[in-house]
Amino acid sequence: MYKVKVYVTLRENVLDPQGSAVKGALHSLSYQEVQDVRIGKFMELMIEKNDRDIEEIVRDMCEKLLANTVIEDYRYEIEEVVAQ
Amino acid sequence: MKFAVIVFPGSNCDVDMYHAIKDELGEEVEYVWHDADHLDEFDGILLPGGFSYGDYLRSGAIARFSNVMKAIQQAAEAGKPILGVCNGFQILLEAGLLPGAMRRNHSLKFMCRPVELRVENHETMFTSMYEKDEMITIPIAHGEGNYYCDEETLKQLIDNRQIVFRYHGENPNGSLADIAGIINEKGNVLGMMPHPERAVDELLGSADGLKLFQSIVKYWREAHVVTS
Repeated sequence: MYKVKVYVTLRENVLDPQGSAVKGALHSLSYQEVQDVRIGKFMELMIEKNDRDIEEIVRDMCEKLLANTVIEDYRYEIEEVVAQ
Repeated sequence: MKFAVIVFPGSNCDVDMYHAIKDELGEEVEYVWHDADHLDEFDGILLPGGFSYGDYLRSGAIARFSNVMKAIQQAAEAGKPILGVCNGFQILLEAGLLPGAMRRNHSLKFMCRPVELRVENHETMFTSMYEKDEMITIPIAHGEGNYYCDEETLKQLIDNRQIVFRYHGENPNGSLADIAGIINEKGNVLGMMPHPERAVDELLGSADGLKLFQSIVKYWREAHVVTS
């Protein structure tokens, strides 16, 4: 079994209106040192082991559904775990 | 002419769309559930607004994998008129039938009010009844209508006259180049955030949307009715 963590964020060059609003709120709380805030999504998947390459499966899922690559970037972490 | 209004779980403008076609336009229309296998009997396909699958993950991201989307893809290739409004537009973007993607409105607010649009291209099968550069008033109702595409795509949209509607005056959502509606290169798939089906009678505040549907019918009649 694999535990896969997928992080999806807006691409660097795409303005993130939620991030901008949160940055403004942090500044109003006097955290002036905050330079940038990017808001994204975190997904945790449990994936059964099979003969397909796990990285290939995860990449496919990200490209097809989990991220919209026109505006979003994704990254993932794969950890092998013992099924419970 | 016979229209299909595609209904996804969470569609909520399907009834308005049906009403616009049946009662105001006076053409045939049927609801088609998202698991339909084919759309052969229909001449025009309408994807209504709403919140398909609760907008989970991204607006339109899950609806795009509905069974009916295969038939919509085929209809697009066959050159049938396909109109996606609001969530329907978002689904067409996710499906890759139109280029680009939607972001949250720059204000982060759900915007629900009439807006002024300029008809940027009145030489399409959806806009032929409008005058060149006609100004029209159509309501919007969305939280994610902030259209985005890369520079290269924008250049293509401009060069091919694929931008059909732009917001005039204040841009309600921050969309790139004030884009409110775009068409595919072939000219038979239109996506737009404003709701023409909610502007089909003066009683509703505007009848400016009716000409869009009349344009589709005019196109279809000219292509299919043989004059003796």
